[in-house]
Amino acid sequence: MSKTLFDKIWDAHVVSQAEGGIDVLYIDRHFIHEVTSPQAFDGLRQRSIPVFRPGQTVATADHNVPTRNQHLPISEALSRFQVQKLSENCAEFGLELYGLGHPYQGIVHVIGPELGITRPGMTIVCGDSHTSTHGAFGCIAFGIGTSQVEQVLATQCLLQKKPKRMRITVDGELQPGVLSKDIILYIISKLTASGGTGHFVEYAGSAIRALSMEARMTICNMSIEMGARGGLIAPDETAFAYIRGREFAPQGEAFDKAVEYWRSLYSDEGALFDTEYHFRAEDIEPMVTYGTNPGMGIGISQAIPLAPESGSAQTFEKSLAYMGLRPGEHLAGKTVNYVFIGSCTNSRIEDLRIVAGYVRGRKKADNVHAMIVPGSRQVAAQAKAEGLDAIFREAGFDFREPGCSACLGMNEDKIPQGEYCVSTSNRNFEGRQGPGARTILASPLMAAATAIAGRIVDVRESLNGPINN
Amino acid sequence: MEKFQTLISTAVPLPIEDVDTDQIIPARFLKATTREGFGENLFRDWRFGPDGAPRAEFVLNNPLYSGSILVAGRNFGCGSSREHAAWSITDYGFRVVVSSFFADIFRGNALNNGLLPVQVSDVFLHAIFSEIETNPRASFKADLEAQSFTIVSTGQAEHFDIDPYKRMCLLNGYDDIDFLLSMKDEIAAFEAERSRKAGFVHTL
Repeated sequence: MSKTLFDKIWDAHVVSQAEGGIDVLYIDRHFIHEVTSPQAFDGLRQRSIPVFRPGQTVATADHNVPTRNQHLPISEALSRFQVQKLSENCAEFGLELYGLGHPYQGIVHVIGPELGITRPGMTIVCGDSHTSTHGAFGCIAFGIGTSQVEQVLATQCLLQKKPKRMRITVDGELQPGVLSKDIILYIISKLTASGGTGHFVEYAGSAIRALSMEARMTICNMSIEMGARGGLIAPDETAFAYIRGREFAPQGEAFDKAVEYWRSLYSDEGALFDTEYHFRAEDIEPMVTYGTNPGMGIGISQAIPLAPESGSAQTFEKSLAYMGLRPGEHLAGKTVNYVFIGSCTNSRIEDLRIVAGYVRGRKKADNVHAMIVPGSRQVAAQAKAEGLDAIFREAGFDFREPGCSACLGMNEDKIPQGEYCVSTSNRNFEGRQGPGARTILASPLMAAATAIAGRIVDVRESLNGPINN
Repeated sequence: MEKFQTLISTAVPLPIEDVDTDQIIPARFLKATTREGFGENLFRDWRFGPDGAPRAEFVLNNPLYSGSILVAGRNFGCGSSREHAAWSITDYGFRVVVSSFFADIFRGNALNNGLLPVQVSDVFLHAIFSEIETNPRASFKADLEAQSFTIVSTGQAEHFDIDPYKRMCLLNGYDDIDFLLSMKDEIAAFEAERSRKAGFVHTL
């Protein structure tokens, strides 16, 4: 019988089926961070039970860490306490921790892939909704709550109802200056912030196939922003080449044997999906969001809709009032004083190369504070080795140390009340980047172009070469 | 986990769609390492101004409305997986959230914390909002055993769906972890069998 990629991986991880069609799903890899794990460890202590498979959980500190002076003690007391608590919990329960200062530290969804811990065919969870990122390698990866973090620590399993399957096919060729971030913002704008709920999404088609692993991660990362549990892409030569030689990837013969298995991970001809969508890459232009959820996005040449395409007028009006925008208005030309390049969506080395390629020899506008936060210490080191940090400095950008930073403003990196920020992150929710901050989601290229111009521009008008990912 | 069987209460209306978990509990309040006390920051930036003064226009600050049932617009709980959202809602005193659509992760987190998500039709949700608008002291009944939600004054009721397993857990106050811990031998056997077949998947 024909099976989808999703079903192949899921079915291989079902330990047994509980009452009411709920599966006991085995979890291969578990990532934890400082914010959503402390209460889970307390639960283990209350029950006096150990971590069942300590070798399958990896920890890092990312959400509330400062992005300056990481060699010094964290100055904010609550953050320091939470990061300290993570270290204590990892020591007590025997878990690997890539904490502050460790060469492998970084945003949890950046370090898993770059260390070769994330591999095709796995089930991966983390107490973070952007765990869907790892699906770019052909895994079932999804975010969980803290009670479930405790369950995975205690049993390496979760009770899960199998979601529905969706396939989103994007065929054709992207225009120059259009990145994978634009593809996913475009898809979410079509499906809305709830259009994927109850589903696991497979991304397919020639435009997806042509993307690098970094670009695929950006797409899978934002699956949750349309409500989907996760997204995945069938692994191919691009994926195998990315994994080969990485720190924890299988080596030599073991790698070849693994690749042999990974090649079986695709949706069979005729496999059935509950829901299917088709889009053309040529229809996608650089995207920007205008509202307070990621589904409220438009192409840069378009105007903000006059009325909501879905949902209530009340919610639409509340959203635009928060953003200080009007129906029918264009975003191009809007003055912007803050640019944030970073987050688990767009902080990998390829994102930094794309930004450097655009800003080389240019200077940021005087009104703009432009911050670049690399996804990990390895990304930062690579950027320095390639001289990207010097390019950023010369262009007047503020190149920081790794962490989640202004994506969610848990540390000091916040956007002031009422200010617009063109951000490469994943959420434009009210207050996400700081109380009263107004987030406009866009690609790293659009963010770079905004920083140089001091206002929102169509990056296609100032490209210095055909840039794609 | 606290049991849930039946609840009769007045309700608090929040007729906004796509309420994300960053609104329910902003990220800057996620630094606690225990589960308690999140209720005081529930809907923090809608509830209080930058100076900490209550915003009179927000429903939680309106003395007309109270009760253990929160009624919200569609796609409630979207965004971040933070279980702190469910903790802040229960810590504030709600036991039921009614909406015409819930985000997946929030629904799971709610069920794991004895908070009942009741998904009703758009039409019935509208009827509930109208009832509260007409009479802020109107009562509603959530009956988990019968899987029904009722507008008490009119008797108008709607059936709601819930996984039979999660329903059983909620009715009895069972946690998933108790069930999973009882499965450890099966889990170990599954691991052994799989590692025999394809060891490379496992190794870190």
